[in-house]
Amino acid sequence: MRSRWLAVYSGALLAFLHAPLLVLIVFSFNASRFTVWEGFSLRWYGAAVNDPQLSESLVNSLIIAGVSSVLATLIGTLAAYAIWRRAAPVFSGSLYLSLITPEIVSGVSLLALFQWFFRFAHLKLGMYTVVIAHVAFSLAYVAIVISARLKSYDRSLEEAALDLGATEWRAFRKVTLPFLAPAVAAAFLLALVVSFDDYVITSLVAGVDSETLPMVIYAMARRGVSPVVNAVSSLILIAFGGIILISQRLQRQ
Amino acid sequence: MNLRRWFLLPARVWMALSFAAPLAFVCGYAFLTRGDFGGVDRPWTLESFARLADPIYLGILWRSVWIAAAATASCVLLGFPLALFIARAGKRRNLYLQLVLLPFWTSFLVRTYAWLFILRETGLVNTILMGLHVIHSPIQLLYNDGAVLLGLVYNFLPFFVLPLYATLEKMDPLLLEAAADLGAKPRRVLWRVIVPLSAPGIAAGSVLVFIPCLGAYLTPDLLGGGKSIMLGNLIQNQFTTSRDWPFGSAASIVLMLTGALLLSALLRSRAARELL
Repeated sequence: MRSRWLAVYSGALLAFLHAPLLVLIVFSFNASRFTVWEGFSLRWYGAAVNDPQLSESLVNSLIIAGVSSVLATLIGTLAAYAIWRRAAPVFSGSLYLSLITPEIVSGVSLLALFQWFFRFAHLKLGMYTVVIAHVAFSLAYVAIVISARLKSYDRSLEEAALDLGATEWRAFRKVTLPFLAPAVAAAFLLALVVSFDDYVITSLVAGVDSETLPMVIYAMARRGVSPVVNAVSSLILIAFGGIILISQRLQRQ
Repeated sequence: MNLRRWFLLPARVWMALSFAAPLAFVCGYAFLTRGDFGGVDRPWTLESFARLADPIYLGILWRSVWIAAAATASCVLLGFPLALFIARAGKRRNLYLQLVLLPFWTSFLVRTYAWLFILRETGLVNTILMGLHVIHSPIQLLYNDGAVLLGLVYNFLPFFVLPLYATLEKMDPLLLEAAADLGAKPRRVLWRVIVPLSAPGIAAGSVLVFIPCLGAYLTPDLLGGGKSIMLGNLIQNQFTTSRDWPFGSAASIVLMLTGALLLSALLRSRAARELL
């Protein structure tokens, strides 16, 4: 009896976690502008696709997320491997610290640094400042995924390669890297999502020409709710959900 | 051994320049004076920290702590039974864990926006209540502390459930059997055995919820409107509209230090350390 109540409660709480998102997706197909169901329609999706501001910011977001997640995956994978070879407590500590630092603090502190730097260099905020910031916060995620995979890696495999005369680089390239491949792919997808979704840090370090999709969604949401935002949000939810499921499957391999 | 150093170098440089250096700048700026055209100027001073003791700002600090504490307490109350259920679910554990995590991994912005869509004046709740003739005109559900609290609990509940689940899952079922055999009723087993043994998980989960809630920016901004200003919004405001960088920096330091202190207190316990 008690365990049945627990199951009912847990089912209700899990439903609570998913319901708002499902409601959003359902109403994105609503013909009406209002929250009353008037029939199935794709008109808000059509409006979203034809909105120049949305498509422009989508392109920006894709470029930023693409570049920063490639960089973060590359740098983060090498770093995780290095830490696995021998611990680097200060560096690992800074990675963890970056995870728990409130986004708003990371954002304003990067802004302060950039503004200081611009006093000496004739540059201004733009796409590249966003990429620098995104790589910084994605590194910890990549390192965690790769480190988890390395925990189940047998050190003697690499030692065998070295004993057989491979250089350190060749042993890494031919033995370790193939073992890490699924985790590298998973880390890349995770970094992609984390970067694409960021609003707080991005809004602080983006320039006038580098408005991202979350920034446009945020502005539209504040202005009052337009069903177009529901359509874009639903697309993001579905795309993210798919990417994360693939990423988790890769991590379990 | 050389290879390792080269592999670590790019990440070290990147973290030093785009994480450690900016934080060092903010720590320095907090002791400077606001410049005439924004930015910072000399002389060095403690004035920004003194201003944090101003009743207006103490109020914001207090409100942030209160909302973050209420969100944490809600996560404990809501999340404990769920974590217990998942830990006892046998083969279905992974499925339920996935269900907890999936919304968490989808867009943070969209998750917050979904509540805006549901709670606004022409939103789902008001439309339904008016359709049922419970109310005649829309009620204001957004832009108050309750909406912020709801948004925070919704967004950060998985942070509590996961470490607690990890503790509960490791618990030896024989201990529960022993307690029952010795005559303890289920309620007594819960309070005298399960809750004390899962203390590290509860502590870890609470800290993991409290820290991001204290520094929350997006949720109070979207769901709280201008009224429900928290520390994160204050900091953002100082660096953008108000252009008072030293004061914004001082507030950032207070926020960072609070989080760091809580985390280091937690890391003292070995059981909690293993969960993180």
